[in-house]
Amino acid sequence: MRYIEPHGHMVSRTTDDYQAMVTSGCKAVCEPAFWAGFDRSGVQGFYDYFCQLTDFEPKRAAKFGLPHYSWLCINPKESEDVKLAEEVLAIIPEFLARPNVLGIGEIGLNKNTRNELKILERHVDLAARHGQMILVHTPHLEDKLKGTRLILDVLKSDSRIAPEQIIIDHVEEHTAGIVLDTGMWAGMTLYPESKCTPARAIDILENYGAERIWMNSACDWGISVPLAVPRTALEMRKRGWTEERTDAVVFGNPLRFMSQNPRFRI
Amino acid sequence: MTRNELLDLYFMDARAKLIDLAAFLDRVDRGTGDADFRLAAFRSALRELNGGESARARAVLVSLSDPTVEPIEKSPGKSAIGAWLGNAN
Repeated sequence: MRYIEPHGHMVSRTTDDYQAMVTSGCKAVCEPAFWAGFDRSGVQGFYDYFCQLTDFEPKRAAKFGLPHYSWLCINPKESEDVKLAEEVLAIIPEFLARPNVLGIGEIGLNKNTRNELKILERHVDLAARHGQMILVHTPHLEDKLKGTRLILDVLKSDSRIAPEQIIIDHVEEHTAGIVLDTGMWAGMTLYPESKCTPARAIDILENYGAERIWMNSACDWGISVPLAVPRTALEMRKRGWTEERTDAVVFGNPLRFMSQNPRFRI
Repeated sequence: MTRNELLDLYFMDARAKLIDLAAFLDRVDRGTGDADFRLAAFRSALRELNGGESARARAVLVSLSDPTVEPIEKSPGKSAIGAWLGNAN
């Protein structure tokens, strides 16, 4: 088996996790910027985090022979503070030339506020001005459906970014269709307690098509499973998926999406 | 896959989850005090399981979702609760 982990918060994981992923067939890992579980006290905290994502973490992954890529932003959980968010937006361009940066992400909404929406629009503008791809986080639980609609409205209103260069992550049964109908990609996050189980993720693939969907573990500092993608591939075999069809989803799809950026090589 | 093959694969897991749901509701019944809006939202979402179409998961998710369309003025906090207050009213 081979697969790509297209959304893993590896700064929160141990070297045991790296070893387990590589021995399970992981060929590359991609790490969007996200919330640390606590609010950073200022822009310098983000500067240090972006250095970690673009310098230290790729070196740590390389010790296990794993290519590491990153996406940069201020996560929506911290973008309610507009002043801080604007300071962070101002330092992102100096990191965009670093060799493992794939684009802007994971941007989006958390509680669907006006401030979050304003900073989402600023991120989209930043991506458009710098020719960057976009990775979008959609809100949790009761806020997901509304937030997904608001996010799609923002993205559809900016013609500078091609839909095929955007992935909307954390889709579930009530949002997969509305995302895919826009021509954008969709991501499914495999969590033990929320988002998608392996069985539901396969249901979504079977119901909505497997052409523009990837699966990720989003492994982070919370309860999450770094091997969720290969374990779902095993479930796909039980469901009668051939090795070729499974490979197309767990390896081919993230490869196709991220290879739109020529920096992505495995 | 045939229906029986899917039952072979998932029946025991679904059976366990069904009993867990029943035990959860029994547990809440045995608790004291008034339940907040989440219990009513949960019971409302449960009714979606009896729907005739093969879109029950979507219907349950929509039932627990905020159906409004306008952004809110200020974040009430960072966490989601799992159900929308308005659905229980």
